[in-house]
Amino acid sequence: MTHFKRSLVIGLWFMFLALPLMVVRVNTLNHEIEWRWANMLWLGFCAFALAWFWRASTERRAARQALGVAAGRPLLAKLSWAQRLSDDPALSRRLLLIVAAAALIFPWVVSTSQNFYHVNIMVSALIFVVLGLGLNITVGLAGLLDLGYIAFFAVGAYTYALLARNFDLGFWTCLPLGGIMAMFFGIVLGFPILRLRGDYLAIVTLGFGSITKIVLENSEELFGGAAGIAGIPRPDLFGLVLDGREKSLYSYYIVLALVALTIFVTNRLKNSRIGWAWMALREDEIACVAMGVDMARTKLSAYALGAFWAGLVGVIFAAHNNFINPDSFTFMDSAMILSMVVLGGMGSILGVIIAALALKLLPEYLRAVAEYRMLVFGAVMVLMMIFRPQGLISNLRRKYERAPADESDGHGK
Amino acid sequence: MDSEYFFELLCGGLVKGSIYALIALGYTMVYGIIQLINFAHGEIYMIGAFVAFIVSGVLTLTGYGGPTVLLLAAVIAIIYAAAYGYTLEKIAYRPLRAAPRLSPLISAIGASIFLTNYVQLAQTPDFLPFPELITDFDFMEPFSRYVSSVDLVILVVTTLTMIALTVLIKYTRVGKAMRATQQDAVMARLVGINVDRVISATFIIGSALAAIAGVLIASRTGQINSAIGFMAGIKAFTAAVLGGIGNIPGAVLGGLVLGIAETLGAGYISSAYEDVFAFGLLVLILVLRPAGLLGKAVKQKV
Amino acid sequence: MVMESNKLLEVTGLTMDFGGLRAIDQVDFSISAGEIVALIGPNGAGKTTVFNCITGIYEPTAGDVVIHAPGLAPRRINGMRANRITSLGMARTFQNIRLFPAMTVLENIMIGRHCRTSTTILDAILRTRKSVRERHETIEESYRLLAKVGLAEVANEFSANLAYGAQRRLEIARALATAPFLLLLDEPAAGMNPQETRELDELIVRIRADEQVAILLIEHDMKLVMNISDRIYVMEYGKGIAQGTPREIKENPRVIEAYLGEEVHA
Ligand SMILES: Nc1ncnc2c1ncn2[C@@H]1O[C@H](COP(=O)(O)OP(=O)(O)OP(=O)(O)O)[C@@H](O)[C@H]1O
Ligand SMILES: [Mg+2]
Repeated sequence: MTHFKRSLVIGLWFMFLALPLMVVRVNTLNHEIEWRWANMLWLGFCAFALAWFWRASTERRAARQALGVAAGRPLLAKLSWAQRLSDDPALSRRLLLIVAAAALIFPWVVSTSQNFYHVNIMVSALIFVVLGLGLNITVGLAGLLDLGYIAFFAVGAYTYALLARNFDLGFWTCLPLGGIMAMFFGIVLGFPILRLRGDYLAIVTLGFGSITKIVLENSEELFGGAAGIAGIPRPDLFGLVLDGREKSLYSYYIVLALVALTIFVTNRLKNSRIGWAWMALREDEIACVAMGVDMARTKLSAYALGAFWAGLVGVIFAAHNNFINPDSFTFMDSAMILSMVVLGGMGSILGVIIAALALKLLPEYLRAVAEYRMLVFGAVMVLMMIFRPQGLISNLRRKYERAPADESDGHGK
Repeated sequence: MDSEYFFELLCGGLVKGSIYALIALGYTMVYGIIQLINFAHGEIYMIGAFVAFIVSGVLTLTGYGGPTVLLLAAVIAIIYAAAYGYTLEKIAYRPLRAAPRLSPLISAIGASIFLTNYVQLAQTPDFLPFPELITDFDFMEPFSRYVSSVDLVILVVTTLTMIALTVLIKYTRVGKAMRATQQDAVMARLVGINVDRVISATFIIGSALAAIAGVLIASRTGQINSAIGFMAGIKAFTAAVLGGIGNIPGAVLGGLVLGIAETLGAGYISSAYEDVFAFGLLVLILVLRPAGLLGKAVKQKV
Repeated sequence: MVMESNKLLEVTGLTMDFGGLRAIDQVDFSISAGEIVALIGPNGAGKTTVFNCITGIYEPTAGDVVIHAPGLAPRRINGMRANRITSLGMARTFQNIRLFPAMTVLENIMIGRHCRTSTTILDAILRTRKSVRERHETIEESYRLLAKVGLAEVANEFSANLAYGAQRRLEIARALATAPFLLLLDEPAAGMNPQETRELDELIVRIRADEQVAILLIEHDMKLVMNISDRIYVMEYGKGIAQGTPREIKENPRVIEAYLGEEVHA
């Protein structure tokens, strides 16, 4: 069969698939049937075009590779810009400074005393950056697929909400408590399940996440039930009275500082005995154990540390929003954070930050994207696994200096 | 009184469990062959229910009625679920056969999210009333307290389906090829079995079973929604693990045990926590006996 | 005869069942300090399973595995976790190469140092003096071992990009990084060309001398086995069928029968 015919068959197949779901819509209220034939034609055409294009491009690539091999040229791996950045500490330090300065100035540029919408959006985006970086430890570095990560975020948020409501504790007292509480949960839940195989672990964590949400929804007196908890105090600043914009700016800088701290800590751990063990565990559990790495302890530390960041930022989330309810802690949120890690590149700090910002900000500013957001997330996860399992920023080679005088780390990002 | 209530719950649990079992079969068959948790299986079930809803809606509104509608809706739902299952495997799983174990799982999660939102966007995010396609039988009147007519249909259909599946796996060529592939895919390939085709067949059969479950459960609950696949999928997966994943009789046993445990828990303790019982059971079984009730523990070859 | 006190590993009555299959049946063997001992036998004889049982990957069904770590009291290690056994001083390679593919060659070896260092999470975050020192030692030791197996040039390559023979040598270096007193090699020459095999031969002998380890070796390449082993154990269908010096084994009729058609003479 020629490419054309094959692609045509694929197009027709997708038209067939689309027939009931995308074409017919039965309105049971006023007993009408809506026929949307255009959808079917569109889908068929797109599937055909994609299939055709795809076949042509794979063929061309294969031909070029064959040519390269025939000419005796090894296929040189192109150095990515991220690798170059990672290999050149001076350059990366300079870039870091620029980004940091931009982040510091950002809220003053985009907000006025009346309008600080953009700052608030950035706060929620940065919250997800921290979540992405936290999950990056568990999933990206240690390879433990956690599908209930959002539960630890909930633990942090509810810890603050409850402590503030019942014991009048302040934000700064609760911030570490939220993290510690989440870490505690991580250890208690993690302990029995870390022996499980990767895919079972994923399902069990999904179970934990769902149980957490159901429990929150159903215990009125303790957690406020489905309505949640309102009137959570904002972060306090030496008792000063802040107006709306100042409150947002304050939240912004707090979460920005947390982002910086997360990056700092993750980077140090990544380039240490602990981080190497995490990555080895991700690569091959049996070999890792046979090389003397304590699996239980290593997994538990990754799991608990991931939970810790979620708990910390959960406190900030509760404080920034004044209000929390179980709807902020669904499986879809866990899945979204996971897709940030997948998109950014397992274990890549820079990649996860970029992915988190993109996935969180794009839907905010592009209404069209917002509607199709989850559809796109799903597709991204499938496509990334197929075409670029290493993520946007692929695994970088870290180099280690030998000279005793030079104590620089692998400066890997 | 008390024992009557218990019996009522038991029957309800049995009906629910038989549906879980139908979906669990798809999980278990796929897992047995390619060691993948087909996370999107619940969505195939949801799609089955939706297609049945659409077909029956169109037919009812154009003036047809009665059991023909049910039959036609079910058949078309099965065809479409199978088609979606087949396509899902081709696109989301086949390219990842050789990838590290977590890659296909992440792909499966992505596919699950995609399909949920695809149906939500193409149809509606709201709950839709599923038509009453199964009318009450007169002879069921005296038992209606325990088993409604719909329940009876469910029990009969699931039983028949499972018998058919057993025959298919035991005696047909496809079935034998499936069993061979499950035992040793490399060997199966060597003796000339087309493993790719066996995998496709597994997805098609599993999806068809899920579609049957979808039509049945929608008839029972009377409403459907694009999100129903998620919970049903998890529950069915729990059932599959409970029985021992990869083990077909185990999936049926697991489904029944889960259905009954859940209904009893909801009836005696709290209905709000119904799902928690299922998840709790899942966690317990995985921690205490990951091989499941009927499964054998196997050691990974090193 | 070797003196009792020199024994490093003593295995008696080792038995392993998989479901109904008895993969190893009442196997006995021992290794003394400074020895190179080979474990040979036809495919499926149960050699790799022996390794898995004594390194804690599987828990044996029956029997005793006792190690005499230098300076420590003898210990029965049946069912002990694999990482504990490695930190007691027994390290292995795998028949089907199990490197960490997305980590560099150097990082692969650094993992071996894990059980000989003790930097904690807090040390790593605060970059305490201890963590800096350990990190430095880890890197130095890793480079030293890389040089030993001839891989120093490719230290910063991903291990997945190495050629087959180089990957096998990397596995040996990684095992050595755990500072073992007993090194277990599972078919180190598999997939190597004759030139590489000859170099491996020298490498193994050199490692025994330089690193002061005893070596237990599974290998199908008879030339290599006969060249370097002090003693040989032969297995067939899960049972030990012969033991002795290379010369004795070459002339043993049972061994020749077990290897019917295969080349025993080298
Ligand atoms: N995890 C396992 N589960 C079931 N059977 C196993 C397992 N591991 C090994 N076996 C069986 O045990 C027997 C011995 O296998 P083993 O790998 O130890 O042989 P071997 O001597 O290393 O062979 P080779 O020279 O081919 O490597 C084989 O029949 C194998 O199929
Ligand atoms: Mg072997």
